Amino acid sequence: MKLSALQQSYLGRRSNSFRSSGPLDSSSDGAFKSPAAVFWLVLHGLSCLISLLLGFRFSRLVFLLLSTSSTYTSPFHSPTELAKTLDIRSVIPADPVGNVPLPFPNKTATNSRVVVGRHGIRIRPWPHPNPVEVMKAHRIIERVQTEQRLQFGVKDPRKIIVVTPTYVRTFQSLHLTGVMHSLMLVPYDLVWIVVEAGGVSNETASLIAKSGLRTIHVGFNQRMPNSWDGRHKLETKMRLRGLRIVREKKLDGIVIFADDSNMHSMELFDEIQNVKWFGAVSVGILASSANIDETVVEKRGEEENPRMPVQGPACNVSNMLAGWHTFNTLPFAGKTAVYIDDRATVLPRKLEWSGFILNSSLLWKDGDKPEWMKDIDTLDGDIESPLDLVKDPSVVEPLGSCGRRVLLWWLRVEARADSKFPPRWIIDPPLEITVPSKRTPWPDTPPELPSHEKPVIRIQEPIIKHTTKTRTSRSKRRSKRKHDDTRTDRGTTGFDKTLQN
Amino acid sequence: MRKWFWGFLFIAFGFVCSIAAERNPRTERISGSAGDVLEDDPVGRLKVYVYELPSKYNKKILQKDPRCLSHMFAAEIYMHRFLLSSPVRTLNPEEADWFYTPIYATCDLTPTGLPLPFKSPRMVRSAIQLISSSWPYWNRTEGADHFFVVPHDFGACFHYQEEKAIERGILPILQRATLVQTFGQRNHVCLNEGSITIPPYAPPQKMQARQIPLDTPRSIFVYFRGLFYDVNNDPEGGYYARGARAAVWENFKNNPLFDISTEHPTTYYEDMQRAIFCLCPLGWAPWSPRLVEAVVFGCIPVIIADDIVLPFADAIPWEEIGVFVAEEDVPKLDTILTSIPPEVILRKQRLLANPSMKRAMLFPQPALPGDAFHQILNGLARKLPHQKSIYLKPGEKILNWTAGPVGDLKPW
Repeated sequence: MKLSALQQSYLGRRSNSFRSSGPLDSSSDGAFKSPAAVFWLVLHGLSCLISLLLGFRFSRLVFLLLSTSSTYTSPFHSPTELAKTLDIRSVIPADPVGNVPLPFPNKTATNSRVVVGRHGIRIRPWPHPNPVEVMKAHRIIERVQTEQRLQFGVKDPRKIIVVTPTYVRTFQSLHLTGVMHSLMLVPYDLVWIVVEAGGVSNETASLIAKSGLRTIHVGFNQRMPNSWDGRHKLETKMRLRGLRIVREKKLDGIVIFADDSNMHSMELFDEIQNVKWFGAVSVGILASSANIDETVVEKRGEEENPRMPVQGPACNVSNMLAGWHTFNTLPFAGKTAVYIDDRATVLPRKLEWSGFILNSSLLWKDGDKPEWMKDIDTLDGDIESPLDLVKDPSVVEPLGSCGRRVLLWWLRVEARADSKFPPRWIIDPPLEITVPSKRTPWPDTPPELPSHEKPVIRIQEPIIKHTTKTRTSRSKRRSKRKHDDTRTDRGTTGFDKTLQN
Repeated sequence: MRKWFWGFLFIAFGFVCSIAAERNPRTERISGSAGDVLEDDPVGRLKVYVYELPSKYNKKILQKDPRCLSHMFAAEIYMHRFLLSSPVRTLNPEEADWFYTPIYATCDLTPTGLPLPFKSPRMVRSAIQLISSSWPYWNRTEGADHFFVVPHDFGACFHYQEEKAIERGILPILQRATLVQTFGQRNHVCLNEGSITIPPYAPPQKMQARQIPLDTPRSIFVYFRGLFYDVNNDPEGGYYARGARAAVWENFKNNPLFDISTEHPTTYYEDMQRAIFCLCPLGWAPWSPRLVEAVVFGCIPVIIADDIVLPFADAIPWEEIGVFVAEEDVPKLDTILTSIPPEVILRKQRLLANPSMKRAMLFPQPALPGDAFHQILNGLARKLPHQKSIYLKPGEKILNWTAGPVGDLKPW
């Protein structure tokens, strides 16, 4: 590679312009040999001068004209020297050499069709990707990768059982869609157990139906409380409910807990295939990003270690489990969120459930399971951390090269508790009333303004017909706000600007 | 009686099936007369005598410029070292089948590291004059049982420019000897019948060190890094690579499936391992180390060089391993590559994954069984026994010692 490129460039350095020496040699010889060669030399010089004036290779045009009119042109040089063909690229748009007369074959080639010398650069009429070919190529790539996975990937992959607690709220669609798309990309068999607080709802059902995965959607008949503490407790209970489903149906595979606002990497699903009974992975905690207040973030950044905190197994030198990395809550003391829509930081628990992986046979009533696993029927949901499921925490297997690889990230971002959104995110019936804001960033504001309007900078959720009360935005997502603005904009262009009290 | 016969047949069939099933599912052996040959052991099949030339032909040259050990023509040096300590070497020239002359003809490097072939004809001539006067074996056959390693651009034509090389032709005194060279093109002056084509030298340790995990998915469809236009030596375009590389660029520079550019990335080896097809177009000469790299990294070589003769062509069925595209079909390269059925692609990858295939392309130090050194010896062994007609009667001369350009006849 390097050497061959070097080789190509060296020829220029060391050779004394051998390219030009060829024609010059023969033409200088020709000067002494025959007047025909002299004539060609003169013609060559003339066309060089003309090219200088005109700015393109005049000689080529001449040759083209000559060749189309006569049978063929004899080359400049004596026939035993280089054979010359026209440069198709500049003159004829990309037709192959066929209709241009072929020059003398080189004397050395006995039966070879390979000619030394100048060749045209063949370009097809439309040198751009053909979509059909591109699709075929992608199918080939997929097939090769499937084969690679069969040969070098995990042998005998087990089914993955994903337990997700969720409930209907504004950001549910955002979070659940993310998890759903991650799960749809997993190359192994999957069962998705979705436990919903507040009972089974059409909202969630319609979301997960789009996945095409095998799902088990159950309801949990308590409503999700408004405090983080309560939410964490209820989520634990919902996860246990999910585990009970695994037990009842005797599902076989690897159980992982995918909270709906977490981010999972694809390597996670490859790594968990290595679990024997009970494993743990490192979870990256994105706690500080929950806070929108810039100044607080900067201050915190100076105080503490800028590295992202990680929860997970800690290993000693011989790659055995030695302890646990948990989240350091001290810097956040007093500034944490209590209610779900607080603007303060949301903290994770000591050890998050999403970092733990179980073999589903641990949950079955019968069958051979290690004696350190507690029976989940005997627990009634009052467990603090997943390690309470086992009698002896040292049996946990650290995964992801002993916890050194972070394979998923924990994040909690929620909208205000009373924020509303259109059911199933479908606006039905279409918007009729829009409430233009008093201070809009664009100059062409509509002429009439509502007189009794409270000043509105941003409108958080899309306008539903009956509401005229405005809200100050508590959304923590600026991008969502922009989205709303554009939707409002579209609304104003098409509809009446009447107001309704 | 008949029942027992059928029962026996059934058991025998099952036995054969089980043996066949033991074959490793991941790689495929190139079975048949071609591929099995890769695993032949030359020891015992031939004897090679290494001439003791004065060190001005080999060691001194290497001492002057140790860069010769790492460029792509280094095969001649490593072949010498291998033969010195190989079991096929014999110290008794009477029982030798082949005679080897250790001349490092390509070790005259420019400051940028590229070999100048201008002195090589004189060097070879002087060496042959020496061996023909000091030992009787050259004159016995006029070199027909001698072999020389000439790994330069156009082999024993000793020039880097094709027209000049063709003009010179193979050095007249080497016409009867067996030439072990990297250059191979059918019906070309610089390739004699009976020459052995070898791969160019590629550093095995460097390639081994840059391997990535085998489960990294191959996501690049076609990969190529190198020049498309050689503006230094071919400013007009159309001479370099017979226009084939330029055609590849012009047709496929917009195509996202083709990862082609002139950059020199540091991840070149790693990228090849993530590609399905690697282009190996001709440059100024039809051969290149890309073929070796593609085979070692499991990337299917797409060979765009008309009439090329690939290394060890009698031992390796290149048609089954690589894809051959005529230079005139370059504009249709995407159609050609996507129309290959996936099963064929997977089979080619399995053949490439065969470790004996990879080893046959490399020159490891110390030598391993089945590597390129052994393939050369296998090739030489396949040419044995020598025909009686190569032995000349005393006093008979076939070669013309004064043929060739006048400059070659000067002493070295």
